[in-house]
Amino acid sequence: MFRQLEGSQAIAETVAMCRPEVICAYPITPQTHIVEGLATLVKNGTLSPCEYINVESEFAAMSVAIGASAAGARAYTATASQGILFMAEAVYNASGLGLPIVMTVGNRAIGAPINIWNDHTDSMSMRDAGWIQLYAETNQEAADLHILAFRLAEEISLPVMVCVDGFILTHAFERVDMPTQEQIDSYLPPYAPRQLLDVDEPVTIGAMVGPEAYTEVRYLAHHRQMDALELIPRLSAEFRETFGRDSGGLLHTYRTEDAETVVVSLGSVNGTIKDVIDEFRDEGVRIGAISICSFRPFPMESLRVALAGVRRVVTVEKSLAIGLGGNVAPEVREALAGMGISVATIIAGLGGRAITRSSLRGVFRDAVEERLPPLTFLDLDLDLVHRQLERERADRRSGPAAESMLKDLGAVASRVG
Amino acid sequence: MEAATNGQTVGPARVRFYQTGTFTVGNRLLDVSVQSVQSDPRRNNSLNSGHRACQGCGEALGARYALDAAMRATKNRIVVANATGCLEVFSTPYPESSWRVPWLHSLFGNAPAVATGIAAALKVKGKDDVRVVAQGGDGGTVDIGFGCLSGMFERNDDVLYICYDNEAYMNTGVQRSSATPAGAKTNTTPGVGEEPGNVFGQGKSVPLIAMAHGIPYVATASVADLRDLEYKVQKAMGLHGARYIHVHVPCPLGWGSAPSDTIRVARLAIESGLFPVFEAEWGEVTGRRRIRDLVPAQAYLEAQGRFRHLFGKHPDTRRIAWIQDIANRNIRRFGLLDEGVQS
Ligand SMILES: Cc1ncc(C[n+]2csc(CCOP(=O)(O)OP(=O)(O)O)c2C)c(N)n1
Ligand code: SF4
Ligand SMILES: [Mg+2]
Repeated sequence: MFRQLEGSQAIAETVAMCRPEVICAYPITPQTHIVEGLATLVKNGTLSPCEYINVESEFAAMSVAIGASAAGARAYTATASQGILFMAEAVYNASGLGLPIVMTVGNRAIGAPINIWNDHTDSMSMRDAGWIQLYAETNQEAADLHILAFRLAEEISLPVMVCVDGFILTHAFERVDMPTQEQIDSYLPPYAPRQLLDVDEPVTIGAMVGPEAYTEVRYLAHHRQMDALELIPRLSAEFRETFGRDSGGLLHTYRTEDAETVVVSLGSVNGTIKDVIDEFRDEGVRIGAISICSFRPFPMESLRVALAGVRRVVTVEKSLAIGLGGNVAPEVREALAGMGISVATIIAGLGGRAITRSSLRGVFRDAVEERLPPLTFLDLDLDLVHRQLERERADRRSGPAAESMLKDLGAVASRVG
Repeated sequence: MEAATNGQTVGPARVRFYQTGTFTVGNRLLDVSVQSVQSDPRRNNSLNSGHRACQGCGEALGARYALDAAMRATKNRIVVANATGCLEVFSTPYPESSWRVPWLHSLFGNAPAVATGIAAALKVKGKDDVRVVAQGGDGGTVDIGFGCLSGMFERNDDVLYICYDNEAYMNTGVQRSSATPAGAKTNTTPGVGEEPGNVFGQGKSVPLIAMAHGIPYVATASVADLRDLEYKVQKAMGLHGARYIHVHVPCPLGWGSAPSDTIRVARLAIESGLFPVFEAEWGEVTGRRRIRDLVPAQAYLEAQGRFRHLFGKHPDTRRIAWIQDIANRNIRRFGLLDEGVQS
């Protein structure tokens, strides 16, 4: 049924219909509306049986999920930004133990400087933590991916992170085709744990593993993620059969047939990118777009197939690997090794800076005309940076940099755009 | 039948069975219901033999008694969450495991939260008869796991948390924790300089902090009185909500005491007043273990290498007196010499 819903509400209602048995939550913007929505659904009895635990930190949130999952309950939590860093040790632990926890990440920048707005620095910091990472493009997909996530996590015994752009999706009202309980129940069987803390069959979980088997245990996780490369398309096809729409998959292609230039991105920015692609296509420019839904496992082969015959790839990335450049581009380059395709990186939208069509039009034009350098920072105010560097040259004790740059700008901290 | 603070009361009339100097209770003379769990040939051996603890490890002893008592109290239906530390490492040199209970080790600082998750799962699954015990060393409990511990207390989650306090980070090779006593030498509070060993006036009493949460049950115990430990675990398992037992467990390696002296050293801690043994319900002290043969703090200190720098040719009388003051304060505060208090 179509409803006009805030992204967080759509996610909360969908998660509730997935019948999680233990939900633990610690608030952080922009995840709050999701866990508030779930709190209501548990408290008013809509979601039952379910234990909703207000924990004292994100580290505890993930730890409660670990205990619950190992004791046989379907466990869910959500976080963002500083929260995912605060739980980092437990994030790795959950995947290392092979526990199929599902977590929403309402993507947000990481401080310092503290910033509540959207980018992908948070989930990117955990890209190698052993979790499957799915990125949602729309609110519809944000809701749907959770259903897929529980199914996938439990089939493969690995945790899944559903990454949803903060504010852009979590706080936006869009039309969402909400699934029914019957549909979800037919798609998602009850959780059958692979390992269980069971008094009738006691097991030891979490023993120390030395060099004799550590590599193999890690490889097993890698193997599972490689399996997921086949499982995700299969489960997405099943999803289409049950729910009558496309959500998930390894990646989405848009007008890539005959394209010479392809823009690769993650998450909601693909919406803006597609608009710009349409404009270029109207002018006869052979350009298309790919948005990667499954960043972990990384769809090497699918990318190779989707990009065969392309001349150049431009990645639009909402996170910065400081000291290197992009997070996505190096992986795309590895996927395309030997294919003679150039890959350029555009860092955009950090800390919520709006990614405008006109700015994208400019850099895509540069790419098409072979003028785009390997690394571009979209709409970077280089003068502001240089003035700060000048102040630092002039005065050893130039003070805190971020504050001094804000003062220079004369901008209020909350200005977006 | 009234169970007493240290399990030595049988029926309406109190029976004292200890032998002078040793406190060894004539177990077989007791009523079956208050006999030691360990005297039962069908005891579970939750922490089975073959583990890799050092000789005389107080933690191994305490854990075995505590968990066997919890098993008896629940008819063998407990799940255990364990923090990183000696206990975790020496018990699970996989493919061998000493645990005969369902057991999960996640991280160093999250055992209370993991236990909360297990308890939540059991509740939602309707497994009301299965209970949860979490355990860790002093470092995992009073330092790095403190936030999770306080959260678990505050929510009154249905978990018994047992802290095995050997007063330092032993698993990493004896470093100071906030449970390390004043004056003690560890590898990060070395026995050198003007005032060798750990500084004075720091640290915290987690049992008292636990009580401040107003939880149903808090107790301290010691491997010097295993029957009292068993009794307290059994009592805790009879209650629901958050419960905390803090067990004093000498570590021969870290304390520089003889492995054969573990029980003696633990007893001297009690008898000097340096480790007060008490229990509390809903934030109020309800029972304390009376000092039987008061000894000076010095007797306890001298039995351990970690305090050696206080003695020798020029004893550090000033700091020995400070430590005695700590003991005196405990004695006053908890009434450890009061008449009418059970011994
Ligand atoms: C986050 C983290 N920090 C540090 C460690 C290293 N570490 C493992 S066990 C341990 C000491 C444990 O001390 P305690 O909890 O007192 O237990 P004990 O070994 O003394 O029984 C430390 C510091 C770790 N495993 N994880
Ligand atoms: S170092 Fe101490 S706590 Fe660790 S096993 Fe040895 S005696 Fe026990
Ligand atoms: Mg310790």
